[in-house]
Amino acid sequence: MTDAAVPGQSQAAAVWRRPRGWSNYVFVAPYLVAYVLLLVLPLFAGLALSLFKADLFGVERFVGLANFGRLFGDQLFLGTVLNTLYFVLLTVPALTISGLALALALNRQTRLAAVMRAIFFCSTVLSVTVVTLIWRMVLIPDGGMVATGLEAIGQAPIPFLNDTRLVMPAIALTTIWWCIGLPMVLFLAALQQVPRDLYEAAALDGAGWFKTLWRITLPSISRTFILVLIIEIILQFQLFGQPQLMTLGGPNNASRPIVLFIYETGFRRWDLGYAAAASQILFAMILVAAAAQYWVTRRKEGL
Amino acid sequence: MSGVDLLGVSKQYGKTKVIDGLSLHVQPHEFIVFLGPSGCGKSTLLRMIAGLETVDGGEIRIGGERVDHLPPGQRGVALVFQQYALYPHMTIRQNMAFGLENIGTAPDEIARRVDAAAESLEISALLDRKPGQLSGGQRQRVAIGRAIVKNPKVFLFDEPLSNLDAALRVRTRVELAQLHRRVASTMIFVTHDQVEAMTLADRIVVMNGGKVEQIGTPLEIYNRPATAFVAAFVGSPTINLLPVSVEAGVQGFARAKLSDGAAVETQVPMSQALQGEGVRLGARPEAIGISEADGSGLKGTAEVVERLGDRTSVHVRIGIGEMVVAEDSGTSRVRAGDVVTLTIDGSRTHLFDPSGQGYHSVVSDD
Repeated sequence: MTDAAVPGQSQAAAVWRRPRGWSNYVFVAPYLVAYVLLLVLPLFAGLALSLFKADLFGVERFVGLANFGRLFGDQLFLGTVLNTLYFVLLTVPALTISGLALALALNRQTRLAAVMRAIFFCSTVLSVTVVTLIWRMVLIPDGGMVATGLEAIGQAPIPFLNDTRLVMPAIALTTIWWCIGLPMVLFLAALQQVPRDLYEAAALDGAGWFKTLWRITLPSISRTFILVLIIEIILQFQLFGQPQLMTLGGPNNASRPIVLFIYETGFRRWDLGYAAAASQILFAMILVAAAAQYWVTRRKEGL
Repeated sequence: MSGVDLLGVSKQYGKTKVIDGLSLHVQPHEFIVFLGPSGCGKSTLLRMIAGLETVDGGEIRIGGERVDHLPPGQRGVALVFQQYALYPHMTIRQNMAFGLENIGTAPDEIARRVDAAAESLEISALLDRKPGQLSGGQRQRVAIGRAIVKNPKVFLFDEPLSNLDAALRVRTRVELAQLHRRVASTMIFVTHDQVEAMTLADRIVVMNGGKVEQIGTPLEIYNRPATAFVAAFVGSPTINLLPVSVEAGVQGFARAKLSDGAAVETQVPMSQALQGEGVRLGARPEAIGISEADGSGLKGTAEVVERLGDRTSVHVRIGIGEMVVAEDSGTSRVRAGDVVTLTIDGSRTHLFDPSGQGYHSVVSDD
């Protein structure tokens, strides 16, 4: 088919072809530039940095995987890995389940529910400084809220933040109180997406409260369930502010997480290459945990 | 077999009464259609019978047993939703089995009923798929199947055909009629489509503004509309309603006069209520003949001619400025712009008093 034979068609084709040229890239360029400069480059720069001995004044020499080798022999670092995993186990399931429970309880059109939703979300907007201050006042043995309560019933105060066994659960509780808003709102949004028809059909099918929850509601919000789990895994692996402000990693490193280790290594001891290597390990852990979570849940759902 | 009784049922949202003291007796195995414009309360009434809306006053009985305090699942009803409301994460088989599982039906009995229903609806091949993989028509069948397996005392349909394309709608309509013959259940069907109502119903309940305008067989509704609203709502093209003044005519029948003096001799018995202002003459298009010849009758100009093949609808502007739709044969030679004469068959006319109440020609019985 020649251009001369069907001039109208070739003209139309030319109009179609034109946008496929370089001009398309102009439109995505601003985003691509920002993405490459702010995300891709730092990612590789960090990866590269982990292979060097470096401090804040510059790169000293290439050391290959020596930083990683050191990390695996560093009892302090391995302790922070265990601490972080323990913290994630304490917080992520609890946040997900209590967020869902709150959302289920508050997913109604009453004024009380609206007020409660606002109250439960409000802790989320506080900064970590305020949150840890509040919880220190709750937890300190000397005149703290819990201690006062215990004293009233004739019990000795418990030094939550100075006990190696209690410090992580105490920080986890603080974190759950702080972070419960986001999972709750995400679940609320998901619950409101479930068509009312489905509940009515279930009611006509004689399904009771629990059956409706288990067979209708939960399957309908399974995608949000996965989303909340992954978001929380990513967030809670990066625990930093709470122990930094409440315990400085103590007592006896019992509340020292990976990010605090990275911070102290990099910005206190100026061992940037070593800190970068620890960051890569954290990155890999988050990636693996989130991917595993995603994979397991998807498989179970059979989606 | 169970009938349904509504005794002075009412429902209000805030101060708005959507159903106002409505009573209705539905016979066992009857096919009842609630017909009315959107917002008339027909769906609300259906949902009250289903148990999805609370009842603010009155009683609902199914098979003589009072049910308005029972949860939906214990009323022995099945509802087919307008949007089907299939469970998206369950297979078709699971969708159909869910209701039976909940009342503890034995698994082999569930399988037997699901297979039988699937076979009768020709959806056996779809049982292992999920609703998202089905077309609209197939989903509709599944929704009906989900109702059938429960073997309910009463089937409730909430505008179930409105999401289907025209051809499928007609086919499903026929299948619903066949289903009704096959099962013993009572059926209550909500629609705003008069054709569905006319073709499916044993009796039609015409509703408007939360009240029943008329309850009757399709032909009663069509031939003896109780009110001007019913007359205008049922029938296509719409009945012609012309403002007239009424005087006593021959043999005690009413004579309707248009404002330009033209008169129609009706066969509606003269009545006190028909005197005075605000009376309207009703005549369906098929009761109005049309001719090009000069003769006695209403003169007018044909403005729009709609040729439907088997018949022709002619919209005629008459002397008093009103538009009248008359029906002519499919081979009508009337063209837009022609001056025509309309003859109204007095034996097929209706008169509506100022309150809208209908009075009918004595011979217009079905």
